Amino acid sequence: MKNGKAVAVLLSLLLAAAFACVWRLQRRINTVRDAMHQEQDEVLLRSPSLMRLLTSEYSALAADVYWTRAVQYYGNKRLGQDTNLESLWPLLNLATTLDPNLLPAYRFGATFLSEPEPRGAGRPDLAVKLLERGLAANPVAWRLSQDLGNVYYLDLKDYAKAGQAYLEGSKKPGAAPWMKVMAARFLAGESRETAVMLWSEIYQSSTEDALRENARINLQLLRADEDIDHLNEIAGKYLARAGRLPHSLNEMIQAGLLGGEPLDPAGYAYVIGSDGKAHLSEHSPLFKQQTVYRRPL
Amino acid sequence: MPAPAIETENLAKQYPYGFLHLKKKTSLEGLTMQVEEGEVFGLLGPNGAGKSTTIKLLMGIIFPTSGRARMLGKPVSDVAMHHHIGYLPEQPYFYDYLTASEVLDYFARFHGYGHVERAQRVARMLKKVGLETAGKIQLRKYSKGMLQRVGLAQAILHDPKLVILDEPMSGLDPVGRREVRDIILELKNGGKTILFSTHILPDAEVLCDRVGVIAGGRLRGVGAPDAIVTMKTVGMEILFELPESNAGAEKICAKAAKSGTGYRLGVGENELYAALEELRGAGGKILSVTQIKPTLEDFFMELVGKDRAQAAAVEVSGR
Amino acid sequence: MNRVLIVTRNTFREAVRDRVLYNLVVFALLMIASAVVVGQISMDIETVVMISLGLSAISLIGLLIALFTGVGLVSKEIDKRTLHAVLAKPLRRWEFLLGKFLGLTLTLAVNTAAMAAGLFLALLFVKHSLTRGDSAVLVAVYFILLKLMLVVALAMLFSCFTSPLLAILFTGGLYIAGLFVSELRSLEATNLTPQMQKFFAVVSYVLPNFGNYDVMGAAAHGRSIAGNLVLYNTLYTLLYCAILLAAAAAVFSRKDLK
Repeated sequence: MKNGKAVAVLLSLLLAAAFACVWRLQRRINTVRDAMHQEQDEVLLRSPSLMRLLTSEYSALAADVYWTRAVQYYGNKRLGQDTNLESLWPLLNLATTLDPNLLPAYRFGATFLSEPEPRGAGRPDLAVKLLERGLAANPVAWRLSQDLGNVYYLDLKDYAKAGQAYLEGSKKPGAAPWMKVMAARFLAGESRETAVMLWSEIYQSSTEDALRENARINLQLLRADEDIDHLNEIAGKYLARAGRLPHSLNEMIQAGLLGGEPLDPAGYAYVIGSDGKAHLSEHSPLFKQQTVYRRPL
Repeated sequence: MPAPAIETENLAKQYPYGFLHLKKKTSLEGLTMQVEEGEVFGLLGPNGAGKSTTIKLLMGIIFPTSGRARMLGKPVSDVAMHHHIGYLPEQPYFYDYLTASEVLDYFARFHGYGHVERAQRVARMLKKVGLETAGKIQLRKYSKGMLQRVGLAQAILHDPKLVILDEPMSGLDPVGRREVRDIILELKNGGKTILFSTHILPDAEVLCDRVGVIAGGRLRGVGAPDAIVTMKTVGMEILFELPESNAGAEKICAKAAKSGTGYRLGVGENELYAALEELRGAGGKILSVTQIKPTLEDFFMELVGKDRAQAAAVEVSGR
Repeated sequence: MNRVLIVTRNTFREAVRDRVLYNLVVFALLMIASAVVVGQISMDIETVVMISLGLSAISLIGLLIALFTGVGLVSKEIDKRTLHAVLAKPLRRWEFLLGKFLGLTLTLAVNTAAMAAGLFLALLFVKHSLTRGDSAVLVAVYFILLKLMLVVALAMLFSCFTSPLLAILFTGGLYIAGLFVSELRSLEATNLTPQMQKFFAVVSYVLPNFGNYDVMGAAAHGRSIAGNLVLYNTLYTLLYCAILLAAAAAVFSRKDLK
């Protein structure tokens, strides 16, 4: 059956070639599709109650799917340098409507809905809405109270409400002891130490990479702020001595006011600007980030 | 000497079965036979003997484990040769939602007729198998017998040189059987070669030029129906009637079997005239005297009996 | 090729007469009608909801037909032995398969077109006019048809060597898997070893990627769809179907029938 064998071999080669073509085509398709505007489920995102109806017993499963999509969506946007996060709220809203107990979604939304653009969607009001729903559905989730307090404090500048949220949270079973402390601090007024405590807490307790990174950078900026304040204090001493503000760190070191070149948390030296005040070095990554993250404290 | 219409050479078929397909069921063993052009050849055998297997191997529905087969001089794998072959499958079934004319039209299309000729052939065929009036009814409404006729129609519609019929009489009433027989004879007169399988022996005896007997997956004998069985006459059979008072014939009556209004009596050849005398004396009326020859059926039963005695026989339908 | 088309014509005819198909199509039209109603409930996005639900209905019904009829194309013929008489004709087995495939594709095309017409009518009813953006819906329907062709080819392949039930399960399973294939590509972010990631990447290219055909978002919002995506998807489908059918033909040509 020589003929049969020849045909079989030929066929196998053709199939292999065909698969190779399929491979190449798929790559092209992937490229085109990635470029396409990705709002695939917009319809259903706008009507969570309809979705709830449609998915019924599988609502929790659907919630997970949408929650995963939300994280991927955010990640993709960050990778693609796209600042338009308009689908984040609908995705999170839908996920939490389908499954009101989806705690990670609330926490995610707390940060990335409220953070100002381009880091987040810049909608702290939606973050509050999300968290309030989360608290209603999960009365013992004291972390949500913490998140709510943070939104009020960081983005809405409403210290009274922030303190209120922390206070409520501190009463819930299992709440960390410092919740009361924070409540007190908020109610007493704002301060940098409060913010540092806040971000440290978030950094330590978060399991979400994006949240931890966010907290870390905020902490670095706070420390930089502290350093800068300290440097400006020393500059003031220089002024008193020399009658003018210093032009560089070196001058302060010469004057014996400074031990060595202080580095910012990213490892770059600070600089004295023409205004005589300390600033972050332009080379430091923190320089760019301060505009991005800046929540004027 | 023209090539045989069908020839097989050690054709065999085994089916693997059981766990991991390790065991093998032999459905057909080393079949070597020829069907000559222009003859009607009957493939006989009990159910599951391998007749259908043989036919399916010829038609390319299943593939041989070993051996070769040719039809009309070409190997059975040559599909183009199917132009000249008509096939009626066992228990044919066609598309539920099509009508008989549509099915026949479908099959006819493969032979490249023009529009008009195709329609004519279809109409002719429907008439030939007695389905004229039912042509427009969907096949799902057809009885088994009607389906059989449609099957026959599609087998001969393209005027094939070789016609293969698998159990053509099954599902038909006596009238239908008669009609099929007539069609087969008509085909034969037209010079066609016909191979058909059946387990109904009287049909084979009447129609076939030659028969091949398959039992237990093997070919047991090939030849003209009479040649298959011994020519030896077993005796004579007398059919007679007796008057009301059958004095003198009690002896005979005791040995005879009642048959309707008369009696049947089997006697050895030498005893024939003596018996006849006895009956004449008793005033009996002789209705007929015939030779008792072993029939195909006897041959058959003997074969089958032997097979059953051989414990090795396993159901070989291969299904 | 002629012989292939004979089988195609017959398959189409037989499928069209099957009443189940009509019921499904009617059902789909009903779903589209209900989409109109639903659209009225979610304010401001009537057409978006309607197109989304309508396309989903067409896709779902089409899938059911493709799956169940696709498996039956070969299995039913083998089971009922209608195949025996056909194979006695001067027809090669692969020609038979191809004819069946084309016949069902044709049937699906007609059904999909009917349902799409229903959708456009519903759109017209709601919007009172059709805009250029609605051509995206046509493309979406075309993609659904491509998707269905691939499902039929898969179904035919499986039904050549497994039982009908298993063929349905495998094909259905591969379809669902195929929806998530693109996710396999983006596993870099997870904690799998590079070898595993490579493996999954390879798998993602080998498996039929049904996500390629999903343009519901674009269609619903009237955004035009890239011309080269249409080209690529068409080529992809044709190529992949060719592979599947070739494999099916190879299996079928040596298969002992009942």
